[in-house]
Amino acid sequence: MQKVTREVLLEKAKALLADGTVNRVLGWKKGEFTYDVTPAVFTTVEELDKDFVYGEFCGANFSKYLVKEAKKDGKVLVFLKPCDTYSFNQLLTEHRFDKEKVYAVGIPCDGMVDIDKIKETVSESVLGATRDGDNIVVETLYDGKKTVSREGVLAERCLNCKSKKHVYYDELIGDDGEVLDSNRFDEVEKLEKMSADERYAFWKNELSRCIRCNACRDICPACTCEKCVFGNPNSGVENKAISDSFEEKMFHIIRAFHVAGRCTDCGECSRVCPQHIPLHLLNRKFIKDINSFYGDYQAGEEIGSRAPLVNYTKEDLEPSEAVNKGDE
Amino acid sequence: MQVEEYKPLIVAFCCNWCSYAGADLAGNNRLAYPADVKIIRVPCSCRVNPMFILRAFQRGADGVILCGCHPGDCHYTSGNYFTRRRMALLFSMLDYLGIEKERTRVEWVSAAEGAKFAATMNDFAQTVAKLGKNKRLEDLRCRK
Repeated sequence: MQKVTREVLLEKAKALLADGTVNRVLGWKKGEFTYDVTPAVFTTVEELDKDFVYGEFCGANFSKYLVKEAKKDGKVLVFLKPCDTYSFNQLLTEHRFDKEKVYAVGIPCDGMVDIDKIKETVSESVLGATRDGDNIVVETLYDGKKTVSREGVLAERCLNCKSKKHVYYDELIGDDGEVLDSNRFDEVEKLEKMSADERYAFWKNELSRCIRCNACRDICPACTCEKCVFGNPNSGVENKAISDSFEEKMFHIIRAFHVAGRCTDCGECSRVCPQHIPLHLLNRKFIKDINSFYGDYQAGEEIGSRAPLVNYTKEDLEPSEAVNKGDE
Repeated sequence: MQVEEYKPLIVAFCCNWCSYAGADLAGNNRLAYPADVKIIRVPCSCRVNPMFILRAFQRGADGVILCGCHPGDCHYTSGNYFTRRRMALLFSMLDYLGIEKERTRVEWVSAAEGAKFAATMNDFAQTVAKLGKNKRLEDLRCRK
């Protein structure tokens, strides 16, 4: 497999800019530290040379940015990892942008690293981190360099990677992978096995940390409504009430419900959550239920597929049977 | 001092074409069902947004029941098929968050089933009464 480095991507971006295929590049821009990488649009070679980065911390899924980017003049170049292409396809299915306005370059991915896990492991202020084979060399503020195992600090979604296969691309760098058998529902099953009281306590502990910053909604490639129910100042639910357990639950149930059947399980919601709430566990519960009630369905796998919640069969399960199914 | 018997507050969303008429028939036939069942008429069971159900709990409901035409008999052809999928997922999610699953229910009641309507409401009110007040989806600001 061809190793994907900053230089390879940079060369590709420059070539496509030079021959006029695209007039801008959606890529990762370096921040103050190696791990605070931000998505950015580059229009010139100079900008690319100066700020473009690619590495262990480039987890951002660019698909959602295309909803706005594709409305501008000219084509935009976008780099998509395998999981990002599912979101890309789902957005195409929902007619959220025109694929003719986008030049998608598929790049292979062997997992992204979670900076918070690194900080937790080294329990120190982190200045930077670079990959060294199967390890990550972490530069700390007071304690010099420390080496941690890469496997131990991989992002949750990458540990349970569902696919290394690109479902959409105009051009692919390196080889395409396969759809994997992941254990992504293990944690959901663990929760299902608990008693109702334990589950209530678990979620109370998790959701009470929510500060209603709406980052999970803003980053979600499935949440592309221009007007959101949680953006209405007259709804009474725009911000969080002080220590009100109802609103925490309501927000998270509704957020997950609005993307049910369309969520590709890209894991961006959990990645951006400043309070480290395992939001993917809510989305995966819906995915797991949909799979078990209505047959396996992977959102974004194929353009134009009909999402389970806008579809039905006459023999569907009754809601009373559905809630008891977990007890069997 | 006499202790007042606890009576659960129940919100019933009834579709205009079947279940609401079913409730009417129950009344015409003088069938008894708890007065604490508050009926909200909706054009179709499919009109019920998951938010409605959560809102009902927020405003103090102890149980929420959704009634519609029998599958296949929807006035709008297919509305209740969508309701069925939506509610199956929503109720499963509520259960996943640790909220008692007995507090929510979907029943199909036709316009001719006045007796079924009364029986369903009696049964549901009893089930909810056993669970007691809704604490897990309560909004303290709305407490009376």
